[in-house]
Amino acid sequence: MSGDLVSRRKLITTGLVAAAGASGLAAAVHVANRYGLIPPDHGGIYGVGETLTYAAQRLLMSHHPLAREFNRSEISKVAPVNGDTPEDEPYQRLLAGGFKDWRLVVDGMVARPYAFSLQELKRFPARSQITHQACEEGWSFIAEWTGVPLSYVLNLVGVQQQARYVVFFPFDTSWDSLDMADAWHPQTLLAYAMNGDELPAPHGAPVRLRVPRQLGYKSIKYLSHITVTDTLKNIGKGLGSISPEIGYSWYAGI
Amino acid sequence: MQESAYLAGLPIEIPSALDAPRHSGLVRITHWIHTVSFFALVVSGVAILLAHPRLYWGETGGVGTPSLIDLPLPFILVGQSGWGRSLHFLAAWICVLNGLVYVFSGLVGRHFRRDLLPSTANLRWGNVMRVVSNHLRWKRPGAEESYSYNVLQRITYLGVVFVLFPLIVLTGLAMSPAITSIFPALVTGFRGQQSARTIHFFAASLLVVFLFVHVAMVCRAGFMSRMRAMTTGHGHAGGESR
Repeated sequence: MSGDLVSRRKLITTGLVAAAGASGLAAAVHVANRYGLIPPDHGGIYGVGETLTYAAQRLLMSHHPLAREFNRSEISKVAPVNGDTPEDEPYQRLLAGGFKDWRLVVDGMVARPYAFSLQELKRFPARSQITHQACEEGWSFIAEWTGVPLSYVLNLVGVQQQARYVVFFPFDTSWDSLDMADAWHPQTLLAYAMNGDELPAPHGAPVRLRVPRQLGYKSIKYLSHITVTDTLKNIGKGLGSISPEIGYSWYAGI
Repeated sequence: MQESAYLAGLPIEIPSALDAPRHSGLVRITHWIHTVSFFALVVSGVAILLAHPRLYWGETGGVGTPSLIDLPLPFILVGQSGWGRSLHFLAAWICVLNGLVYVFSGLVGRHFRRDLLPSTANLRWGNVMRVVSNHLRWKRPGAEESYSYNVLQRITYLGVVFVLFPLIVLTGLAMSPAITSIFPALVTGFRGQQSARTIHFFAASLLVVFLFVHVAMVCRAGFMSRMRAMTTGHGHAGGESR
């Protein structure tokens, strides 16, 4: 009799705990979705880790802290490069012509789509920052980057309310995207100069992205086209970047 | 909650003492979750290292700059360590959350104070020398060591839990450009991002050394009985040969 009671009580308690756990999880997923805490590559077993990291860091960085900046004396003498400069004809022609005919197309969910020339970008208010860039392989260097904050360009074209991501297409085959927290971040630059000189071709001429709160591979080079969107589902495999397609995380704040 | 395994002061010939579990349920569960996550962290950590097996000191470093140590390993996973990174961070979440449960319950349940903090008697010179000499002579532990940790175990376990693991988690976080934008002191405290990476490597190496010694000691003390004690909670006192 008392054994029955105990086991019934145990059953009810277990049921209540399970129900609370399930509804707690459902509520957490709902809140996470609503506040943009779920990365586009959240699927699969590794997606659990990606989501935990992305959500935790987005919550911890809700006050938009700045990546560390350094003194001029700390700039690295060697700045290694990964990847090759695009060899295809359109890029090589622009490179040979000093990027006079290069245009950066900004379109998508914006009020005023526009194609910016390099001269136009250089006339906008510039920001210079000396930041650390770490490759996911393990090496790193410090350099000074000068460019126009992406937020300035986004304000010019007028981003629509429902926009959630900014997607970047370069001249090579890679592509990537940022959430709005990083897109609007003051240190996110469209960089056209490095250590006081024109951006060298191997470092992404004429303009590369700089996202100093993420690993180097998010700072994609050789920019050609930027598009603002509310979904990443119809681009590539829908994972937000080429990185998850080759095994790396979309979010690289680590 | 289950009381701890170590029954301080109880003479072991009392049968009820022998019936009590040697390790609490919580210690046993967190131990095996930790085993799995640590194994995943070591395998994936080696995969990440094989993308660039060179260590530096300070903020920066790369091919073309002087290194602190060139590990005798090949650069074979360049651009192919993505799975290693994903596995490493997933396992790190499990390791840290599981570790927090273990540490919190060990503090609240007084497991650390009662079972692991060395007592004055433990620390007496004669006792320390006796334990060291037993180890040096590769002597099997006596029955009393089934129910109580010796002084070397106590110091080692506390060092692993409260020094090496916090160090490896903090140096790992110090490599994150997002985390260091929130807590810059984390990386400047380790003298830079590359220094943090190097310290992370050496802390991991010490943990692997600990693992080998731990497993060797378990084998020496009686593999089956110690495995039973950490799984079901019940193991015979002393080695199985007795």
